[in-house]
Amino acid sequence: MTVRLTRRNALEASVGALAMAAFGAISPVRAAYDSADLIRKFTGGKAPTEGKVKLDLPEIAENGNTVPMTVAVESPMSEQSYVTEVLVVGDGNPNGGMATFHFTPLSGAAEANTRIRLAATQNITAIAKMNDGSFYTASKQVKVTIGGCGG
Amino acid sequence: MAEIKPRIKLDRKEAKKGDLVEVKALVQHIMETGQRKDAQGQTIPRKILNRFTCTVAGKQVFAADFEPAVSANPYIQFKFKATESGPVVLTWTDDDGSKIVGEEKITVT
Repeated sequence: MTVRLTRRNALEASVGALAMAAFGAISPVRAAYDSADLIRKFTGGKAPTEGKVKLDLPEIAENGNTVPMTVAVESPMSEQSYVTEVLVVGDGNPNGGMATFHFTPLSGAAEANTRIRLAATQNITAIAKMNDGSFYTASKQVKVTIGGCGG
Repeated sequence: MAEIKPRIKLDRKEAKKGDLVEVKALVQHIMETGQRKDAQGQTIPRKILNRFTCTVAGKQVFAADFEPAVSANPYIQFKFKATESGPVVLTWTDDDGSKIVGEEKITVT
């Protein structure tokens, strides 16, 4: 027995296919912000100065799943002059943001270490915000051999 | 899941006033990014520890916001200035609102 292809049947079939295609296209949600946007939001449009920030990362990461990262900012960390926040972003991950560290004068040193995931070879940027409203930055490229996002 | 116990290490238990004390902490957590898919092709929902704070004698000395780019079983290392004796409380906040808390003590002379 053969199914007769009428105009109505054909129309219904194509609408169904279209709906499925549209659903498929929407489902992987992409990053809302990329790293440049995040930096602009963090500094409020101010251009950060190079220096004072030390970003310690391996040059080549064999495994992008866990890459040790140390960020240290030169500062007396006194009540008068201290680092309030440090933002770390990368330009090669699905989401630009990586971590934000918050310091107080009680921190004693603006220094933190954690382990991050890197999906691909990319530039990591750290931006430090001082209590007087100035910004300092440092960047480093890390070559990744095996990506850290299930790839 | 069994209750998660963070591993916390201070580089010294006793410090002189003004000394810098280094804290190292490791907590077991999957830190699911929300990017991966399971065998059926369904996206696994994001589940990470998004906030970490450390207080010493009730005063905040360090905090961090984590994004999915932080590795599974997040490790954190930072310093604080010894000013007064008291509990060193480390708190991680999960996406679902639950908290993992660990505590150590510091004696300042």
